[in-house]
Amino acid sequence: MSTSTSPIGAGANASAAKTTSKSNATNAIGAPPAHRTGSIVVENAAKATESIANGLPVLGRPTGKTDRFNGMTGAQILLQMLLEHGVTDAFGYPGGAILPTFDQLYEKQLNFILVRHEQGAGHMADGYARATGKPGIVIVTSGPGATNTVTPLATAYMDSIPMIVFSGQVRSYLIGNDAFQEADVTGITRPVTKRNYLVKNVRDLPRIINEAFIIATTGRPGPVLVDLPVDVTTGKIEDAVDDTPYLPGYKIYKAGHSKMVKAAADLINASERPVLYVGGGVILSQAWPHVREIARKGNIPTTTTLLGLGAFDENSPLSLHMLGMHGSAYANYAVQESDCLIAVGARFDDRVTGNLKLFAPKAKIVHVDIDPSSISKNVKVDVPVVGDACLCLEEMLGYIEPRPRSSWLSQVARWKVSFPFAYKDDTELSKPQAIIEAINKVTGGKAVFTTGVGQHQMWAAQFVRWSVPRSMITSGGLGTMGFGLPAAIGAQVGRPNELVIDIDGDASYIMTAMELATMSQYNLPVKVAILNNRFQGMVRQWQQLFYKGRFSHSEMVNPDFAAMAESFGIRGLRCHRKQDLIQCVEEMVNHPGPCVVDFLCETDENVYPMVASGKGLHEMELGIVGCAAPNSDREMGTLA
Amino acid sequence: MRHILTATVMNEPGVLAHVANMFSARGFNIDSLVVGRTEDPNFSRMTIVVSADERTLDQVRKQLAKIVTVVKVRDYKETPYVSRDLMLIKLSAAASSRSEIIELAALFRGRVVDVGMSSLMVELSGEEEKLDAFVELVRPYGIRELARTGVIAMSRGGATNAGTDEEGRTDQRPATARPAVRQPVPAKRQPSQQELEATPPG
Repeated sequence: MSTSTSPIGAGANASAAKTTSKSNATNAIGAPPAHRTGSIVVENAAKATESIANGLPVLGRPTGKTDRFNGMTGAQILLQMLLEHGVTDAFGYPGGAILPTFDQLYEKQLNFILVRHEQGAGHMADGYARATGKPGIVIVTSGPGATNTVTPLATAYMDSIPMIVFSGQVRSYLIGNDAFQEADVTGITRPVTKRNYLVKNVRDLPRIINEAFIIATTGRPGPVLVDLPVDVTTGKIEDAVDDTPYLPGYKIYKAGHSKMVKAAADLINASERPVLYVGGGVILSQAWPHVREIARKGNIPTTTTLLGLGAFDENSPLSLHMLGMHGSAYANYAVQESDCLIAVGARFDDRVTGNLKLFAPKAKIVHVDIDPSSISKNVKVDVPVVGDACLCLEEMLGYIEPRPRSSWLSQVARWKVSFPFAYKDDTELSKPQAIIEAINKVTGGKAVFTTGVGQHQMWAAQFVRWSVPRSMITSGGLGTMGFGLPAAIGAQVGRPNELVIDIDGDASYIMTAMELATMSQYNLPVKVAILNNRFQGMVRQWQQLFYKGRFSHSEMVNPDFAAMAESFGIRGLRCHRKQDLIQCVEEMVNHPGPCVVDFLCETDENVYPMVASGKGLHEMELGIVGCAAPNSDREMGTLA
Repeated sequence: MRHILTATVMNEPGVLAHVANMFSARGFNIDSLVVGRTEDPNFSRMTIVVSADERTLDQVRKQLAKIVTVVKVRDYKETPYVSRDLMLIKLSAAASSRSEIIELAALFRGRVVDVGMSSLMVELSGEEEKLDAFVELVRPYGIRELARTGVIAMSRGGATNAGTDEEGRTDQRPATARPAVRQPVPAKRQPSQQELEATPPG
């Protein structure tokens, strides 16, 4: 165990610097993460020992023909190389085919978290990666162990999260024989991994581990699976092997084409009504200081996607909050009126764009993305910039001209006053939005939040005031219910001294609630706030709006969540009365250990604004949002 | 519109499945996909014919290039190229019609590679349209079996697919950096001596 660096790398330092330099009114942005100024783009704490082989960045040791693995088994090599790659924590579950590897974990050189279901391990590694920027590591057995990681792999793949799954496999001579706990795991996971490997010879293992780390963490990050037959983990290397990564088809995009960066800046400078549209790529690339600086310098209103929340400070008057299907009215109006839309690390997902034909009709589109296949996939792009957002924006920043854009900003400010996120607090039970507002108020938005998927996820996005990168951990692309609890556990493992809150729905929560046992076993002080409306809320909303109120199988009969938590040895609280809300949240936040709170809330509440499918962003249903009186106490954030 | 792409891929299990799966998962239509070895045993070459508009072709190219085991992708949209399809066709051929078929095959520069009591097998290569035309011509004799390899293609001139240039990998590459067209496209290429050479049946 050698990593003495900060567990969340330089990114955390940057965000910490940001929060402490708030008094500096001219530039409330911390220094860019130190390691981003170099030519190599890898988020990892073990940066100090990085070398280059075959033009690829390798963590750990220099590569090449080496005899340092002589006499070692595959399992020993795996553990040693994990440590060399800066891995400090891993998640998983043992089983027959992975026992040689688990035998190595007995010495506890790694902080290993035993989960209750392999899906939990995958989401924990995912949450860990999103919270820290380091790749999440999963170790599971063959067959069902590996297939249980398919959902987390797909979740991580959709959201471009670095994760490596090491799965056991039956002995290589049994592969294809329908052996016990055999599954074609590389075949099954190929569409949901950036790359996967079936290691056939222990001599290939060192090279493959190096490649797995490179692929998972560089470029557009993503999950990698390495399938390890028993005879590979037990097999020994007897003489020198070459562990140099060999990836002839793999290109890591770094700086953008300078001509295109300049063209993009020219377009932005010439625009009257620009909007920055910031996605999860900005978090992955740690480009948030540059985004904030560009917005400030050019007076450009900025909206984020669900995964981009935290990349921009929503307390800024330039913040338009989230856009899209359940985004703010003002973000959607601004995009539709904009004459220059600058997408950074975002992929024009259908939940963001609404009807593509009606999307941003007046705008020239600049798209900064590291993945060339994202460019012009859904929306025709006018100026593509392919490269790492951090490096591209750093260069672009120099070209951006300060412009007041006062008429555009005052238009945006008028929208913000007229259409704030709002709800009517007129029911006996708490409104779910009120619960999230209470959590936001008590924490000041300064916590790591995870969510499940559905209404509560959208309300969390709307009613928490996001300002810190890596504080919103949620399954965006795949929309994986049950993500919240394991992701929170993973985030807590990665950031042990911080407040981690899972804002969950009752239906999402119970999908993976067995991980309470994991939380309890390792005494991880995760807080779970269940917005319990006794329904799959988003399903209920759609059934109400589009299926004539026929609530087909969306009503939940739930256990007593507080008692359930107590049975796991976890503090369980109930909050059934409106007037107890703040007190309950405070009790939850201040409890030193893990804590689950069952917030009983109103069932018949819908998420607004809402862009129905097939509609343009400007055609959103405003619901209560459009009715709120300006300057009411319901207004969120700072209205410019 | 039909487009031809070639992809140099790493020669390892699962690559073909990955490419084929990517096409089906993203709803791209493959007309044909041919895989074969190259001069380097580490790499195979795929020739893929897709029906797609310009934007879809762009996506196909980028999605192919994104696959880690795909080393290089090239499309032949703006490059002169040679394409070939190889066909084996077994025809019903009674003694009476045999000479007619042999004559037709010769006209198409095909070769009779097997003769049976009531059948003839012809080997024919060329561009797809030529093979299509031959199939239509001989259909009346009765086609017993037909196998085609699908199209393989190669650019004309000195440019190679295995080079180091980044053609086809990124949107931002200036148009001038594309390999120059090295020679005009001949209207219809004359078959070379080797192609005309016939080998005896069997």
